[in-house]
Amino acid sequence: MVIIRIKGTVMIETLQKFSPAIVSHKMDLKLEAKTVNAFFGKTQALQNVSLSIEKNHVVAIIGPSGCGKSTFLRCLNRMHEVAGGTMNGTILLDGKDIHENDPVNLRRRVGMVFQKANPFPTMSIFDNVAAGLRLNGMAHNGHIAEIVERSLQQAALWNEVKDSLSKNGMSISGGQQQRLCIARALAVNPEVLLMDEPASALDPIPTAKIEELIYELKKDYTIIIVTHNMQQAARVSDETAFFYLGEIIEFDNTKKIFTAPSIKQTEDYVTGRFG
Amino acid sequence: MNVQVEQKIAFSILFLCTLLVVVPVLIILVIIFVKGAGALNLGFLFEMPTNGMTEGGIFPAILGTLYLVLGALFFAVPLGVLSAIYLVEYSQETVLSRIVKLAIVNLAGVPSVVYGLFGLGIFVLFLGFGASILSGSLTLGIMILPVIITSSREALESVPQSFRIVSLSLGASKWQTIRHSVLPHALPGILTGTILGIGRAAGETAPILFTVAAFYLPKLPQSMFDQTMALPYHLYVISTQVPGIPETIRYGTALVLLLLVLIMNLAAIILRYQFRRRKKW
Repeated sequence: MVIIRIKGTVMIETLQKFSPAIVSHKMDLKLEAKTVNAFFGKTQALQNVSLSIEKNHVVAIIGPSGCGKSTFLRCLNRMHEVAGGTMNGTILLDGKDIHENDPVNLRRRVGMVFQKANPFPTMSIFDNVAAGLRLNGMAHNGHIAEIVERSLQQAALWNEVKDSLSKNGMSISGGQQQRLCIARALAVNPEVLLMDEPASALDPIPTAKIEELIYELKKDYTIIIVTHNMQQAARVSDETAFFYLGEIIEFDNTKKIFTAPSIKQTEDYVTGRFG
Repeated sequence: MNVQVEQKIAFSILFLCTLLVVVPVLIILVIIFVKGAGALNLGFLFEMPTNGMTEGGIFPAILGTLYLVLGALFFAVPLGVLSAIYLVEYSQETVLSRIVKLAIVNLAGVPSVVYGLFGLGIFVLFLGFGASILSGSLTLGIMILPVIITSSREALESVPQSFRIVSLSLGASKWQTIRHSVLPHALPGILTGTILGIGRAAGETAPILFTVAAFYLPKLPQSMFDQTMALPYHLYVISTQVPGIPETIRYGTALVLLLLVLIMNLAAIILRYQFRRRKKW
Protein backbone atom coordinates (compact mmCIF):
# COMPACT_ATOMS: atom_id res chain seq x y z
CA MET A 1 0.00 0.00 0.00
CA VAL A 2 3.02 2.24 0.37
CA ILE A 3 3.49 2.33 -3.38
CA ILE A 4 -0.09 3.43 -3.81
CA ARG A 5 0.36 6.38 -1.55
CA ILE A 6 3.42 7.52 -3.46
CA LYS A 7 2.05 7.11 -6.96
CA GLY A 8 -1.45 8.26 -6.18
CA THR A 9 -4.61 7.45 -8.05
CA VAL A 10 -2.93 6.27 -11.23
CA MET A 11 -1.39 3.42 -9.31
CA ILE A 12 -4.67 2.45 -7.67
CA GLU A 13 -6.38 2.27 -11.01
CA THR A 14 -3.62 0.14 -12.47
CA LEU A 15 -3.78 -2.20 -9.51
CA GLN A 16 -7.55 -2.43 -9.85
CA LYS A 17 -7.26 -3.29 -13.51
CA PHE A 18 -4.98 -6.23 -12.87
CA SER A 19 -6.46 -7.40 -9.65
CA PRO A 20 -9.83 -5.91 -8.77
CA ALA A 21 -9.85 -8.10 -5.68
CA ILE A 22 -7.38 -5.78 -3.98
CA VAL A 23 -10.01 -3.14 -3.45
CA SER A 24 -13.15 -5.25 -3.22
CA HIS A 25 -11.44 -7.48 -0.74
CA LYS A 26 -11.39 -4.62 1.68
CA MET A 27 -15.02 -3.66 1.22
CA ASP A 28 -17.96 -4.61 -0.96
CA LEU A 29 -18.71 -1.42 -2.86
CA LYS A 30 -22.24 -0.97 -4.13
CA LEU A 31 -22.08 2.56 -5.43
CA GLU A 32 -19.13 4.67 -6.30
CA ALA A 33 -19.19 8.29 -7.41
CA LYS A 34 -16.01 9.65 -8.96
CA THR A 35 -15.51 13.38 -9.47
CA VAL A 36 -19.15 14.06 -10.17
CA ASN A 37 -20.05 17.56 -11.36
CA ALA A 38 -23.72 18.41 -11.78
CA PHE A 39 -25.31 21.43 -13.39
CA PHE A 40 -28.63 23.12 -13.83
CA GLY A 41 -28.09 25.08 -17.00
CA LYS A 42 -24.94 27.03 -16.23
CA THR A 43 -25.30 26.86 -12.47
CA GLN A 44 -23.04 24.25 -10.95
CA ALA A 45 -24.79 22.31 -8.21
CA LEU A 46 -22.10 19.72 -7.45
CA GLN A 47 -18.33 20.01 -7.63
CA ASN A 48 -16.00 17.05 -7.81
CA VAL A 49 -18.03 14.84 -5.53
CA SER A 50 -16.47 11.45 -4.92
CA LEU A 51 -18.06 8.99 -2.59
CA SER A 52 -17.96 5.23 -2.09
CA ILE A 53 -20.90 3.42 -0.59
CA GLU A 54 -20.66 -0.07 0.78
CA LYS A 55 -23.27 -2.73 0.25
CA ASN A 56 -25.92 -3.00 2.99
CA HIS A 57 -24.81 0.21 4.59
CA VAL A 58 -26.88 3.28 5.34
CA VAL A 59 -25.24 6.50 4.23
CA ALA A 60 -26.66 9.80 5.43
CA ILE A 61 -26.12 12.97 3.46
CA ILE A 62 -26.35 16.11 5.55
CA GLY A 63 -25.79 19.76 4.85
CA PRO A 64 -27.60 23.10 4.72
CA SER A 65 -30.30 23.83 2.12
CA GLY A 66 -28.97 24.25 -1.39
CA CYS A 67 -25.76 22.33 -0.69
CA GLY A 68 -26.48 19.86 -3.49
CA LYS A 69 -27.40 16.85 -1.39
CA SER A 70 -30.69 16.21 -3.19
CA THR A 71 -29.01 16.80 -6.54
CA PHE A 72 -26.40 14.20 -5.68
CA LEU A 73 -29.14 11.73 -4.76
CA ARG A 74 -30.87 12.37 -8.07
CA CYS A 75 -27.64 11.81 -9.98
CA LEU A 76 -27.49 8.30 -8.52
CA ASN A 77 -30.70 7.19 -10.30
CA ARG A 78 -30.35 9.65 -13.17
CA MET A 79 -33.44 11.60 -12.15
CA HIS A 80 -31.24 14.70 -12.26
CA GLU A 81 -31.45 14.65 -16.05
CA VAL A 82 -35.25 14.33 -15.89
CA ALA A 83 -35.33 17.65 -14.05
CA GLY A 84 -33.36 19.16 -16.93
CA GLY A 85 -29.92 18.97 -15.33
CA THR A 86 -26.66 17.67 -16.69
CA MET A 87 -23.70 15.95 -15.05
CA ASN A 88 -20.24 14.64 -15.78
CA GLY A 89 -17.96 12.30 -13.90
CA THR A 90 -18.52 8.64 -13.27
CA ILE A 91 -20.98 6.80 -11.08
CA LEU A 92 -20.51 3.06 -10.75
CA LEU A 93 -23.18 0.65 -9.58
CA ASP A 94 -21.61 -2.73 -8.83
CA GLY A 95 -18.59 -1.49 -10.76
CA LYS A 96 -20.53 -0.62 -13.92
CA ASP A 97 -21.02 2.91 -15.19
CA ILE A 98 -24.69 3.85 -14.76
CA HIS A 99 -24.56 5.97 -17.91
CA GLU A 100 -23.73 3.02 -20.10
CA ASN A 101 -27.20 1.56 -19.77
CA ASP A 102 -30.78 2.65 -20.21
CA PRO A 103 -31.86 4.77 -17.21
CA VAL A 104 -35.05 2.69 -17.08
CA ASN A 105 -33.07 -0.39 -16.03
CA LEU A 106 -31.01 1.65 -13.57
CA ARG A 107 -34.12 3.03 -11.85
CA ARG A 108 -35.49 -0.47 -11.33
CA ARG A 109 -32.33 -1.25 -9.40
CA VAL A 110 -32.12 2.09 -7.61
CA GLY A 111 -35.47 2.96 -6.04
CA MET A 112 -36.44 6.33 -4.65
CA VAL A 113 -38.61 7.69 -1.86
CA PHE A 114 -39.49 11.37 -1.98
CA GLN A 115 -39.72 14.11 0.61
CA LYS A 116 -43.46 14.47 0.32
CA ALA A 117 -45.44 11.25 0.53
CA ASN A 118 -46.92 10.98 -2.93
CA PRO A 119 -49.15 7.96 -3.39
CA PHE A 120 -51.07 8.01 -6.68
CA PRO A 121 -54.26 9.73 -5.48
CA THR A 122 -56.66 7.86 -7.72
CA MET A 123 -55.36 4.41 -6.78
CA SER A 124 -56.11 2.06 -3.92
CA ILE A 125 -53.41 1.02 -1.45
CA PHE A 126 -52.98 -2.26 -3.32
CA ASP A 127 -52.75 -0.59 -6.71
CA ASN A 128 -50.23 1.93 -5.41
CA VAL A 129 -47.85 -0.82 -4.36
CA ALA A 130 -48.49 -2.69 -7.59
CA ALA A 131 -48.05 0.44 -9.71
CA GLY A 132 -44.36 -0.10 -10.41
CA LEU A 133 -44.89 -3.72 -11.39
CA ARG A 134 -47.69 -2.79 -13.74
CA LEU A 135 -45.83 0.17 -15.21
CA ASN A 136 -42.84 -2.02 -15.92
CA GLY A 137 -44.95 -4.73 -17.44
CA MET A 138 -43.81 -7.07 -14.67
CA ALA A 139 -47.45 -7.63 -13.77
CA HIS A 140 -48.00 -10.66 -15.93
CA ASN A 141 -45.91 -12.99 -13.81
CA GLY A 142 -49.00 -13.55 -11.70
CA HIS A 143 -47.55 -12.97 -8.27
CA ILE A 144 -48.77 -9.42 -7.79
CA ALA A 145 -50.72 -10.13 -4.61
CA GLU A 146 -47.72 -11.92 -3.13
CA ILE A 147 -45.32 -9.15 -4.04
CA VAL A 148 -47.68 -6.48 -2.70
CA GLU A 149 -48.00 -8.32 0.62
CA ARG A 150 -44.25 -8.86 0.88
CA SER A 151 -43.52 -5.20 0.08
CA LEU A 152 -46.05 -3.91 2.58
CA GLN A 153 -44.58 -6.22 5.22
CA GLN A 154 -41.09 -4.98 4.46
CA ALA A 155 -42.39 -1.44 4.82
CA ALA A 156 -43.96 -2.40 8.18
CA LEU A 157 -47.37 -1.37 6.94
CA TRP A 158 -49.02 -4.70 6.25
CA ASN A 159 -50.64 -5.14 9.67
CA GLU A 160 -52.14 -1.68 9.52
CA VAL A 161 -53.65 -1.89 6.05
CA LYS A 162 -54.21 -5.58 5.31
CA ASP A 163 -57.97 -5.22 5.80
CA SER A 164 -58.28 -2.07 3.74
CA LEU A 165 -56.15 -2.72 0.69
CA SER A 166 -58.89 -1.45 -1.59
CA LYS A 167 -59.13 1.88 0.21
CA ASN A 168 -57.69 4.95 -1.47
CA GLY A 169 -53.96 5.49 -0.99
CA MET A 170 -54.61 9.00 0.31
CA SER A 171 -57.03 7.87 3.02
CA ILE A 172 -54.30 6.78 5.43
CA SER A 173 -52.17 9.01 7.67
CA GLY A 174 -49.11 10.90 6.42
CA GLY A 175 -46.65 8.48 8.03
CA GLN A 176 -48.53 5.52 6.60
CA GLN A 177 -48.54 7.18 3.18
CA GLN A 178 -44.78 7.53 3.33
CA ARG A 179 -44.39 3.85 4.25
CA LEU A 180 -46.77 3.07 1.39
CA CYS A 181 -44.39 4.93 -0.92
CA ILE A 182 -41.50 2.90 0.50
CA ALA A 183 -43.47 -0.29 -0.19
CA ARG A 184 -44.16 0.94 -3.71
CA ALA A 185 -40.44 1.49 -4.27
CA LEU A 186 -39.58 -1.93 -2.78
CA ALA A 187 -42.12 -3.78 -4.93
CA VAL A 188 -39.98 -3.52 -8.06
CA ASN A 189 -37.21 -5.23 -6.10
CA PRO A 190 -34.44 -2.63 -6.17
CA GLU A 191 -30.96 -3.08 -4.71
CA VAL A 192 -30.43 0.49 -3.59
CA LEU A 193 -32.96 2.78 -1.96
CA LEU A 194 -32.56 6.55 -2.18
CA MET A 195 -34.52 8.55 0.38
CA ASP A 196 -34.87 12.29 0.02
CA GLU A 197 -35.77 13.64 3.46
CA PRO A 198 -38.38 10.90 3.88
CA ALA A 199 -39.47 12.01 7.34
CA SER A 200 -39.20 15.78 7.10
CA ALA A 201 -42.97 16.25 6.87
CA LEU A 202 -43.79 13.79 9.66
CA ASP A 203 -44.39 14.01 13.40
CA PRO A 204 -41.94 12.34 15.83
CA ILE A 205 -43.73 9.00 16.18
CA PRO A 206 -44.14 8.26 12.45
CA THR A 207 -40.58 9.53 12.01
CA ALA A 208 -39.34 6.99 14.55
CA LYS A 209 -41.19 4.29 12.63
CA ILE A 210 -39.50 5.26 9.38
CA GLU A 211 -36.13 5.20 11.13
CA GLU A 212 -36.77 1.75 12.57
CA LEU A 213 -37.75 0.68 9.10
CA ILE A 214 -34.50 1.96 7.62
CA TYR A 215 -32.61 -0.10 10.19
CA GLU A 216 -34.56 -3.21 9.15
CA LEU A 217 -34.24 -2.56 5.41
CA LYS A 218 -30.48 -2.26 5.57
CA LYS A 219 -30.23 -6.06 5.76
CA ASP A 220 -31.48 -6.32 2.19
CA TYR A 221 -30.77 -2.95 0.65
CA THR A 222 -28.12 -0.30 0.41
CA ILE A 223 -29.68 2.96 1.57
CA ILE A 224 -28.73 6.57 0.98
CA ILE A 225 -30.75 9.07 2.93
CA VAL A 226 -30.71 12.83 2.61
CA THR A 227 -31.75 14.51 5.80
CA HIS A 228 -31.94 17.88 7.44
CA ASN A 229 -32.22 16.28 10.80
CA MET A 230 -28.80 15.59 12.30
CA GLN A 231 -30.08 13.39 15.10
CA GLN A 232 -31.74 11.29 12.45
CA ALA A 233 -28.51 10.96 10.50
CA ALA A 234 -26.72 9.98 13.72
CA ARG A 235 -29.38 7.40 14.57
CA VAL A 236 -29.84 5.62 11.26
CA SER A 237 -26.61 5.77 9.31
CA ASP A 238 -23.31 3.92 9.23
CA GLU A 239 -21.51 6.64 7.32
CA THR A 240 -22.28 10.31 6.94
CA ALA A 241 -21.33 12.71 4.19
CA PHE A 242 -21.36 16.43 4.89
CA PHE A 243 -22.08 18.55 1.82
CA TYR A 244 -21.54 22.26 1.64
CA LEU A 245 -21.92 24.55 -1.38
CA GLY A 246 -21.94 21.61 -3.77
CA GLU A 247 -18.81 20.04 -2.42
CA ILE A 248 -18.31 17.07 -0.20
CA ILE A 249 -16.52 18.43 2.88
CA GLU A 250 -16.18 15.27 4.88
CA PHE A 251 -17.23 11.66 4.54
CA ASP A 252 -16.59 9.25 7.33
CA ASN A 253 -18.00 6.89 9.87
CA THR A 254 -21.12 8.48 11.36
CA LYS A 255 -19.85 8.25 14.90
CA LYS A 256 -16.69 10.05 13.92
CA ILE A 257 -18.53 12.79 12.03
CA PHE A 258 -20.70 13.54 15.04
CA THR A 259 -18.12 13.17 17.78
CA ALA A 260 -14.74 13.99 16.29
CA PRO A 261 -15.00 15.45 12.80
CA SER A 262 -11.65 16.23 11.24
CA ILE A 263 -12.76 19.41 9.49
CA LYS A 264 -13.80 22.60 11.25
CA GLN A 265 -16.81 23.26 8.93
CA THR A 266 -18.28 19.85 9.68
CA GLU A 267 -17.92 20.44 13.37
CA ASP A 268 -19.59 23.84 13.10
CA TYR A 269 -22.49 22.33 11.20
CA VAL A 270 -23.10 19.28 13.38
CA THR A 271 -22.88 21.32 16.54
CA GLY A 272 -25.45 23.71 15.12
CA ARG A 273 -23.24 26.74 14.70
CA PHE A 274 -24.54 27.30 11.16
CA GLY A 275 -26.95 25.81 8.60
CA MET B 1 -72.09 61.30 -2.58
CA ASN B 2 -72.62 58.85 0.19
CA VAL B 3 -70.26 55.87 -0.01
CA GLN B 4 -73.10 53.43 0.54
CA VAL B 5 -75.24 54.92 -2.23
CA GLU B 6 -72.31 54.97 -4.60
CA GLN B 7 -71.66 51.32 -3.92
CA LYS B 8 -75.32 50.44 -4.47
CA ILE B 9 -75.34 52.19 -7.84
CA ALA B 10 -72.16 50.44 -8.91
CA PHE B 11 -73.48 47.03 -7.91
CA SER B 12 -76.79 47.68 -9.63
CA ILE B 13 -75.04 48.49 -12.91
CA LEU B 14 -72.89 45.39 -12.64
CA PHE B 15 -75.95 43.27 -11.90
CA LEU B 16 -77.93 44.74 -14.81
CA CYS B 17 -75.10 44.08 -17.24
CA THR B 18 -74.90 40.50 -16.08
CA LEU B 19 -78.64 40.15 -16.49
CA LEU B 20 -78.43 41.56 -20.02
CA VAL B 21 -76.09 38.73 -20.97
CA VAL B 22 -78.64 36.14 -19.90
CA VAL B 23 -81.65 37.79 -21.55
CA PRO B 24 -80.87 37.08 -25.24
CA VAL B 25 -80.05 33.45 -24.47
CA LEU B 26 -83.35 33.03 -22.69
CA ILE B 27 -85.32 34.79 -25.44
CA ILE B 28 -83.74 32.67 -28.17
CA LEU B 29 -84.42 29.49 -26.24
CA VAL B 30 -88.00 30.42 -25.42
CA ILE B 31 -88.94 31.56 -28.93
CA ILE B 32 -87.42 28.53 -30.62
CA PHE B 33 -88.92 26.17 -28.11
CA VAL B 34 -92.42 27.68 -28.22
CA LYS B 35 -92.54 27.89 -32.00
CA GLY B 36 -90.71 24.67 -32.75
CA ALA B 37 -91.90 22.24 -30.09
CA GLY B 38 -95.10 21.61 -32.07
CA ALA B 39 -93.11 20.09 -34.93
CA LEU B 40 -91.22 17.63 -32.77
CA ASN B 41 -92.41 14.06 -33.15
CA LEU B 42 -90.88 10.77 -34.27
CA GLY B 43 -91.96 11.34 -37.84
CA PHE B 44 -90.22 14.71 -37.96
CA LEU B 45 -87.03 13.14 -36.65
CA PHE B 46 -87.00 9.93 -38.68
CA GLU B 47 -88.72 10.64 -42.01
CA MET B 48 -87.58 12.07 -45.33
CA PRO B 49 -88.80 15.53 -46.29
CA THR B 50 -91.67 15.46 -48.75
CA ASN B 51 -93.54 17.82 -51.03
CA GLY B 52 -90.69 20.24 -51.67
CA MET B 53 -89.56 20.14 -48.01
CA THR B 54 -92.85 21.69 -46.91
CA GLU B 55 -93.90 18.45 -45.21
CA GLY B 56 -92.33 15.35 -43.73
CA GLY B 57 -89.24 15.05 -41.57
CA ILE B 58 -85.62 16.18 -41.50
CA PHE B 59 -84.02 12.77 -41.08
CA PRO B 60 -81.42 13.17 -43.85
CA ALA B 61 -80.20 16.43 -42.32
CA ILE B 62 -79.89 14.89 -38.84
CA LEU B 63 -78.11 11.85 -40.23
CA GLY B 64 -75.83 14.03 -42.35
CA THR B 65 -74.83 16.12 -39.34
CA LEU B 66 -74.09 12.94 -37.38
CA TYR B 67 -71.92 11.64 -40.24
CA LEU B 68 -70.06 14.93 -40.46
CA VAL B 69 -69.48 15.15 -36.71
CA LEU B 70 -68.23 11.57 -36.52
CA GLY B 71 -66.04 12.15 -39.56
CA ALA B 72 -64.58 15.34 -38.12
CA LEU B 73 -63.83 13.57 -34.82
CA PHE B 74 -62.26 10.66 -36.67
CA PHE B 75 -59.69 13.02 -38.17
CA ALA B 76 -59.31 15.61 -35.43
CA VAL B 77 -59.21 13.59 -32.18
CA PRO B 78 -56.21 11.34 -32.89
CA LEU B 79 -54.30 14.15 -34.56
CA GLY B 80 -55.15 16.67 -31.85
CA VAL B 81 -54.56 14.44 -28.84
CA LEU B 82 -51.31 13.01 -30.17
CA SER B 83 -49.90 16.40 -31.04
CA ALA B 84 -50.93 17.72 -27.62
CA ILE B 85 -49.05 14.82 -26.00
CA TYR B 86 -46.03 15.67 -28.09
CA LEU B 87 -46.19 19.36 -27.22
CA VAL B 88 -46.64 18.82 -23.48
CA GLU B 89 -44.54 15.74 -22.81
CA TYR B 90 -41.79 15.67 -25.40
CA SER B 91 -41.07 19.00 -27.05
CA GLN B 92 -38.56 21.34 -25.51
CA GLU B 93 -39.18 25.06 -25.35
CA THR B 94 -37.71 25.88 -28.75
CA VAL B 95 -38.50 28.39 -31.47
CA LEU B 96 -40.23 25.64 -33.44
CA SER B 97 -42.49 24.56 -30.59
CA ARG B 98 -43.39 28.19 -29.97
CA ILE B 99 -44.31 28.63 -33.62
CA VAL B 100 -46.44 25.49 -33.46
CA LYS B 101 -48.24 26.75 -30.34
CA LEU B 102 -48.78 30.15 -31.94
CA ALA B 103 -50.14 28.45 -35.06
CA ILE B 104 -52.66 26.55 -32.96
CA VAL B 105 -53.85 29.71 -31.25
CA ASN B 106 -54.23 31.40 -34.63
CA LEU B 107 -56.01 28.40 -36.09
CA ALA B 108 -58.64 28.90 -33.39
CA GLY B 109 -59.13 32.49 -34.50
CA VAL B 110 -59.69 31.82 -38.20
CA PRO B 111 -63.29 32.63 -39.24
CA SER B 112 -65.29 29.55 -40.15
CA VAL B 113 -66.03 30.72 -43.69
CA VAL B 114 -62.29 30.76 -44.34
CA TYR B 115 -62.17 27.09 -43.35
CA GLY B 116 -64.96 26.55 -45.86
CA LEU B 117 -62.96 28.16 -48.66
CA PHE B 118 -59.82 26.30 -47.58
CA GLY B 119 -61.74 23.01 -47.70
CA LEU B 120 -63.10 23.87 -51.13
CA GLY B 121 -59.63 24.63 -52.43
CA ILE B 122 -57.77 21.69 -50.90
CA PHE B 123 -60.15 18.79 -50.44
CA VAL B 124 -62.88 19.43 -53.00
CA LEU B 125 -60.79 20.71 -55.90
CA PHE B 126 -57.09 19.98 -55.40
CA LEU B 127 -57.39 16.49 -53.90
CA GLY B 128 -60.47 15.81 -56.01
CA PHE B 129 -62.73 14.49 -53.25
CA GLY B 130 -65.53 16.66 -54.69
CA ALA B 131 -68.31 18.01 -52.53
CA SER B 132 -68.55 15.01 -50.23
CA ILE B 133 -68.83 13.84 -46.65
CA LEU B 134 -65.08 13.23 -46.76
CA SER B 135 -64.29 16.84 -47.73
CA GLY B 136 -66.77 18.23 -45.19
CA SER B 137 -65.46 16.04 -42.37
CA LEU B 138 -61.87 17.01 -43.08
CA THR B 139 -62.77 20.70 -43.16
CA LEU B 140 -64.71 20.49 -39.91
CA GLY B 141 -61.91 18.38 -38.44
CA ILE B 142 -59.35 21.09 -39.11
CA MET B 143 -61.72 23.66 -37.64
CA ILE B 144 -62.10 21.80 -34.32
CA LEU B 145 -58.44 20.77 -34.14
CA PRO B 146 -57.37 23.79 -32.04
CA VAL B 147 -60.22 23.19 -29.58
CA ILE B 148 -59.09 19.62 -29.09
CA ILE B 149 -55.38 20.41 -28.92
CA THR B 150 -55.86 23.25 -26.46
CA SER B 151 -58.10 21.32 -24.10
CA SER B 152 -55.86 18.24 -24.33
CA ARG B 153 -52.83 20.35 -23.52
CA GLU B 154 -54.55 21.87 -20.52
CA ALA B 155 -55.65 18.43 -19.36
CA LEU B 156 -52.12 17.05 -19.67
CA GLU B 157 -50.55 20.05 -17.98
CA SER B 158 -52.94 19.76 -15.04
CA VAL B 159 -51.62 16.28 -14.21
CA PRO B 160 -49.20 16.86 -11.30
CA GLN B 161 -45.51 16.60 -12.15
CA SER B 162 -44.99 14.24 -9.21
CA PHE B 163 -46.95 11.51 -11.04
CA ARG B 164 -44.40 11.56 -13.83
CA ILE B 165 -41.44 11.68 -11.46
CA VAL B 166 -42.66 8.81 -9.30
CA SER B 167 -43.46 6.75 -12.33
CA LEU B 168 -40.00 7.31 -13.83
CA SER B 169 -38.34 6.59 -10.50
CA LEU B 170 -40.12 3.23 -10.41
CA GLY B 171 -38.34 2.30 -13.62
CA ALA B 172 -41.08 3.09 -16.11
CA SER B 173 -39.99 4.40 -19.48
CA LYS B 174 -41.13 7.82 -20.62
CA TRP B 175 -43.81 6.32 -22.85
CA GLN B 176 -45.02 3.95 -20.10
CA THR B 177 -45.20 6.96 -17.80
CA ILE B 178 -47.30 8.92 -20.28
CA ARG B 179 -49.46 5.95 -21.16
CA HIS B 180 -50.19 4.74 -17.61
CA SER B 181 -49.52 7.61 -15.22
CA VAL B 182 -50.47 10.71 -17.21
CA LEU B 183 -53.04 9.91 -19.89
CA PRO B 184 -55.62 8.22 -17.63
CA HIS B 185 -55.73 11.35 -15.49
CA ALA B 186 -55.95 13.66 -18.50
CA LEU B 187 -58.63 11.64 -20.27
CA PRO B 188 -61.71 13.38 -18.82
CA GLY B 189 -60.27 16.77 -19.78
CA ILE B 190 -59.47 15.53 -23.27
CA LEU B 191 -63.01 14.18 -23.55
CA THR B 192 -64.44 17.51 -22.50
CA GLY B 193 -62.56 19.24 -25.30
CA THR B 194 -63.73 16.62 -27.73
CA ILE B 195 -67.35 17.19 -26.81
CA LEU B 196 -66.96 20.94 -27.18
CA GLY B 197 -65.51 20.19 -30.61
CA ILE B 198 -68.56 18.08 -31.43
CA GLY B 199 -70.83 20.97 -30.54
CA ARG B 200 -68.92 23.28 -32.80
CA ALA B 201 -68.71 20.85 -35.70
CA ALA B 202 -72.44 20.17 -35.48
CA GLY B 203 -73.45 23.80 -35.48
CA GLU B 204 -71.23 25.48 -38.07
CA THR B 205 -72.66 26.28 -41.51
CA ALA B 206 -69.88 28.03 -43.38
CA PRO B 207 -67.31 25.19 -43.44
CA ILE B 208 -69.82 22.75 -44.95
CA LEU B 209 -71.37 25.24 -47.33
CA PHE B 210 -68.91 24.65 -50.19
CA THR B 211 -67.56 21.27 -49.17
CA VAL B 212 -70.48 18.92 -48.61
CA ALA B 213 -73.90 20.35 -47.86
CA ALA B 214 -76.68 19.63 -50.33
CA PHE B 215 -79.76 21.76 -50.85
CA TYR B 216 -82.02 18.76 -51.15
CA LEU B 217 -81.34 15.08 -51.78
CA PRO B 218 -84.06 12.56 -52.44
CA LYS B 219 -82.07 9.71 -50.92
CA LEU B 220 -79.57 9.20 -48.13
CA PRO B 221 -75.80 9.31 -48.87
CA GLN B 222 -74.39 5.91 -49.83
CA SER B 223 -70.68 6.52 -49.25
CA MET B 224 -68.27 9.10 -47.92
CA PHE B 225 -67.89 10.47 -51.43
CA ASP B 226 -71.55 11.49 -51.56
CA GLN B 227 -72.97 14.82 -50.66
CA THR B 228 -75.33 15.01 -47.73
CA MET B 229 -77.85 17.33 -46.21
CA ALA B 230 -76.87 18.77 -42.82
CA LEU B 231 -78.88 20.50 -40.10
CA PRO B 232 -77.32 23.98 -40.07
CA TYR B 233 -77.35 24.33 -43.86
CA HIS B 234 -80.83 22.82 -44.09
CA LEU B 235 -82.02 25.42 -41.63
CA TYR B 236 -80.50 28.17 -43.74
CA VAL B 237 -82.12 26.78 -46.89
CA ILE B 238 -85.62 26.40 -45.53
CA SER B 239 -85.47 29.76 -43.80
CA THR B 240 -84.21 31.88 -46.69
CA GLN B 241 -84.08 29.98 -49.99
CA VAL B 242 -87.40 28.16 -50.25
CA PRO B 243 -90.67 30.03 -49.90
CA GLY B 244 -93.70 28.51 -48.27
CA ILE B 245 -92.04 26.31 -45.64
CA PRO B 246 -94.29 26.16 -42.57
CA GLU B 247 -92.94 28.04 -39.57
CA THR B 248 -93.15 24.99 -37.32
CA ILE B 249 -90.80 23.06 -39.57
CA ARG B 250 -88.28 25.89 -39.58
CA TYR B 251 -88.36 26.37 -35.85
CA GLY B 252 -88.52 22.63 -35.30
CA THR B 253 -85.30 22.22 -37.28
CA ALA B 254 -83.65 24.99 -35.27
CA LEU B 255 -84.83 23.34 -32.08
CA VAL B 256 -83.40 19.95 -33.08
CA LEU B 257 -80.03 21.55 -33.89
CA LEU B 258 -80.06 23.55 -30.68
CA LEU B 259 -80.97 20.52 -28.58
CA LEU B 260 -78.26 18.46 -30.23
CA VAL B 261 -75.59 21.05 -29.42
CA LEU B 262 -76.99 21.73 -25.93
CA ILE B 263 -77.01 18.03 -25.06
CA MET B 264 -73.39 17.76 -26.13
CA ASN B 265 -72.34 20.79 -24.14
CA LEU B 266 -74.25 19.52 -21.12
CA ALA B 267 -72.39 16.23 -21.39
CA ALA B 268 -69.13 18.18 -21.39
CA ILE B 269 -70.14 20.10 -18.28
CA ILE B 270 -71.20 16.97 -16.41
CA LEU B 271 -68.00 15.23 -17.37
CA ARG B 272 -65.89 18.14 -16.20
CA TYR B 273 -67.78 18.25 -12.93
CA GLN B 274 -67.20 14.56 -12.35
CA PHE B 275 -63.53 15.04 -13.14
CA ARG B 276 -63.10 17.90 -10.71
CA ARG B 277 -64.88 16.02 -7.96
CA ARG B 278 -62.73 12.94 -8.40
CA LYS B 279 -59.50 14.92 -8.34
CA LYS B 280 -57.81 14.73 -5.00
CA TRP B 281 -54.54 16.51 -5.58
